[in-house]
Amino acid sequence: MKKVLNWLKKISKKPLFLPLFSVFLVLIINVIYDAAQGNYALEFFRLELKEGALYGRIIDILNRGSEAAILAIGMTLVVSSSAGTDISVGSVMSLAGSLCCMILAGFGVTHVRELGDLQAPIFVGVIAGIAVAGLCGVFNGFLVAKMKIQPMVATLIFFTAGRAIGLLLTNNKMVYIHLDQFKVFGGKLWIFPTPTVIAAACILVMTLILKTTSLGMYVQSVGINPKASRIAGINSVAIILLCYVICGLFSGVAGIVATSRIYSADSNNIGLNLELDAILAVALGGNSLGGGRFNLAGSIIGAYTIQAITTTMYALGVAKAQAPVYKAIIVILIVVVQSPVIKAYFAKRRAQKATLAAAAGRG
Amino acid sequence: MIEMKKKSINSHTILLLITIGLFILLYAAGYFMYGFGDNAKGFEKLQTFLDIFRTNAALICIACGMTCVMLTGGIDISVGSLVAMDCMILSVGMENNGTSPTLLVPFVLLIGIVFGAVQGYLIGYLNIQPFIVTMGGMFFARGMTAMICTDQVNITVQNWFKEVAGLKVYMPFELGAVVNKRGVKMVPYINVPVLIALLCVILVFLMLRYTRTGRSMYAVGGNQQSAALMGLNTKRTKMITYILSSFLCSIGGILYCMNTMCGTTTQALGLEMKAISSAVIGGTLLTGGVGNVFGSFIGVLINGTINSIVSFNADLTRLGGTVPNVVSAFLLFVFIMLQAIFAKIRERKQ
Repeated sequence: MKKVLNWLKKISKKPLFLPLFSVFLVLIINVIYDAAQGNYALEFFRLELKEGALYGRIIDILNRGSEAAILAIGMTLVVSSSAGTDISVGSVMSLAGSLCCMILAGFGVTHVRELGDLQAPIFVGVIAGIAVAGLCGVFNGFLVAKMKIQPMVATLIFFTAGRAIGLLLTNNKMVYIHLDQFKVFGGKLWIFPTPTVIAAACILVMTLILKTTSLGMYVQSVGINPKASRIAGINSVAIILLCYVICGLFSGVAGIVATSRIYSADSNNIGLNLELDAILAVALGGNSLGGGRFNLAGSIIGAYTIQAITTTMYALGVAKAQAPVYKAIIVILIVVVQSPVIKAYFAKRRAQKATLAAAAGRG
Repeated sequence: MIEMKKKSINSHTILLLITIGLFILLYAAGYFMYGFGDNAKGFEKLQTFLDIFRTNAALICIACGMTCVMLTGGIDISVGSLVAMDCMILSVGMENNGTSPTLLVPFVLLIGIVFGAVQGYLIGYLNIQPFIVTMGGMFFARGMTAMICTDQVNITVQNWFKEVAGLKVYMPFELGAVVNKRGVKMVPYINVPVLIALLCVILVFLMLRYTRTGRSMYAVGGNQQSAALMGLNTKRTKMITYILSSFLCSIGGILYCMNTMCGTTTQALGLEMKAISSAVIGGTLLTGGVGNVFGSFIGVLINGTINSIVSFNADLTRLGGTVPNVVSAFLLFVFIMLQAIFAKIRERKQ
C-alpha cells in the first residue's frame, strides 16, 4: 500500500501528470455516463470496422482534434521562444485553404466536378497553400524577431487580414472541389482517418527534429533570456523567426486538412476560433505562456483533451451554442488544479502532516 | 533623481505626441482623399468626425479598462463576450420580461463587478495566466448569451433607456453647421454614450495618475517583484484591475446596447482585439508598466478613422463582408511599423 502511495506521489510530480490526468478524468466521465444510461459501459472505447474504415468515439476525437494538435505543435515553439502567442493561425489556415482551392479551380470558378477541369495538379495547390502559410509565418516572425513588435500585435495583422485575403482570392464565394483525390486529406487512408495520420506524421517529424538537433534547447534558451542567449552565441532573431515559420507551415497543413474535410474553401468559417484552442492546448499541457521551457507532448495531449471535452459534451446532449459555458468551467477547473498556489498549499499540508507524524513517532 | 523623473515623463509624452501626430496625419490623408475639392464625399464635415466618436463610444470605455489591465502586464479577452451578454440581458429583460431599465442597468453593472472579481481572484491570488482565465470568461459569457436567448431580440419598448439613447447633443454655437441640399440647416451632434465614454476616459486618467491604486498598477506591471518588495499588495492590485476592466466593460456594454438597440449571440465578436489594438497603437505595452489611457483613446480614434476611410471607398464597400479588413490590417501594419521605427530612432539617440 505504501509502495503504491509513494509511486503515486512520484508520478504526480512528473510534468505530464496533469494533462494525462485530465484526459483520464474525461474518459471516466464518459464511462460513468454510458453505464448510467444503461449502455455498454465501455462504449467509449469500442472500435468498429464499417465499410473499410475505423469507427468509434476515440477515433472521432483523434480525427476531429487533428487540426488543433497540428497547430499546437507550432504554437508551443512560438510561445516558448517569444513569450507570446500567434493569434493568426486560424486566419492563416483559412487563407491556405482558399489559395489551394483557387489554384485548383481557377479564379472565379465555384465548382470542380471532373479531374480534367482542374487548373493545376492537386499537389501544386496543396504545396502553394502550405507555402503561403509559411510566408505569413515569415512576415509574423520578421515583425516579432527583427522589429521587436509584441507577438500578439504583430500577428493581429494577419488575424484581421488572412480571412479577408482568402475571400478576395475566392472572389467572395465558396469554391467546391468535388474530387476524391482532394477529399482524401480529410477522408480516410486505408482504415484510418487521414487527418489523424497527417497529425501523427507532423508530430513525428517535429519530435525527430527536436531529438536529433539542438533546436529545442536553443528555443528554450532564447525564450528564457534572449539577450544572454545572443551573448552565448545563439542567433536569437533567427531562432524566433524559424519558430514563426514552422508555426505558419503547420497552420498551412491544418488549413489544407480542414479544407479537404468539407472539400470547399469556406473562408469565413475554416479555423474560426481555432487559435484559441491551440493556445489553450499549450497552456493545458503545462507550458507557461511566459516562454521558456516547453513540453511538446503536453501540448498535443492538451489539444486532444479539448476535443475530448467537446465530443463528450455533444454526447451528453449539450446544445452547440451553450457548450462554451461548460467548456469554460472545465478549463478553469483544470487550470486551478494546475495553479502553483494550489500545488504549494497541498505541498505545505503534506509537510505539516509529515512533521506531525515525526513528532508523534518521537514522542 | 528629479532629473531622471523629468526625463522619463518626457519620453512618454513624446510617444503620446507621436501617436497624436500620426492620427492627424491619417485624418489629413482621409481628408485629401474624400473631403477635398472635386471628390468631396463628406469626409470634410464635422459630423463625420463626431460619428467616429458615436460609433466607438463603447470601445472607448472598454479600451480604458483594457489599458489598465495591460498596464499590470495582463490581458483581458473576455470583454467582447461580456458586451454581448450585457446586451442580451438588457434586451431580453426589457423586451420579453418588461423589466424596468432602472433595475437592469445596475444589475448589469453588478454582473460586471462579480465577473471581474472572479477573474481577478483567479489571476491575482491563484496566479493563473490571464490569457487562459479571461479566455474561460470569454467562452462562459458567450455561452451564457446563448443560454439566455438564441434569437435576435430588438428593443422596441419605450422607456428612458431608449429616450436617452436617442437623445442628440448638438454642438454649441452651431459649430460646423452645414445647409444640406433641401436647405435644412444641419447642426453636428453627438449623443449621451459619447459623453459617458469621455467621462470614463477622464476619470480613469485621473485615477491612474493621482490615486494609490492607479500608481500601484504601473508599479505591478513594471516589475512585480520590486512592487511586492516595496510593500504593495500586488495580488489585490491585480484583482482590482480586473474588476475595473469588467466594470468599464459593462458600462461599454450598456453604451453598445444604446447604439444597436438589440441583443444577439454574435454581437461584439472580436471587440477584444479592437480594444487591444487600440491600446497598443496608443503606446501601451503588452508587457506592462508603460501606457496611458489618453493614448488608448487616440488609438480608438485611429481605428475608427481607418474604418471611416474604408467605408468612404465605394470599391471596397461594394465587395462587402470582411474584405475591407485587408485595408484595415494594412493600415495597422503601417502604423505599427512607424511606431517601431520611431522607437528605434529614440533608442539610438539615447
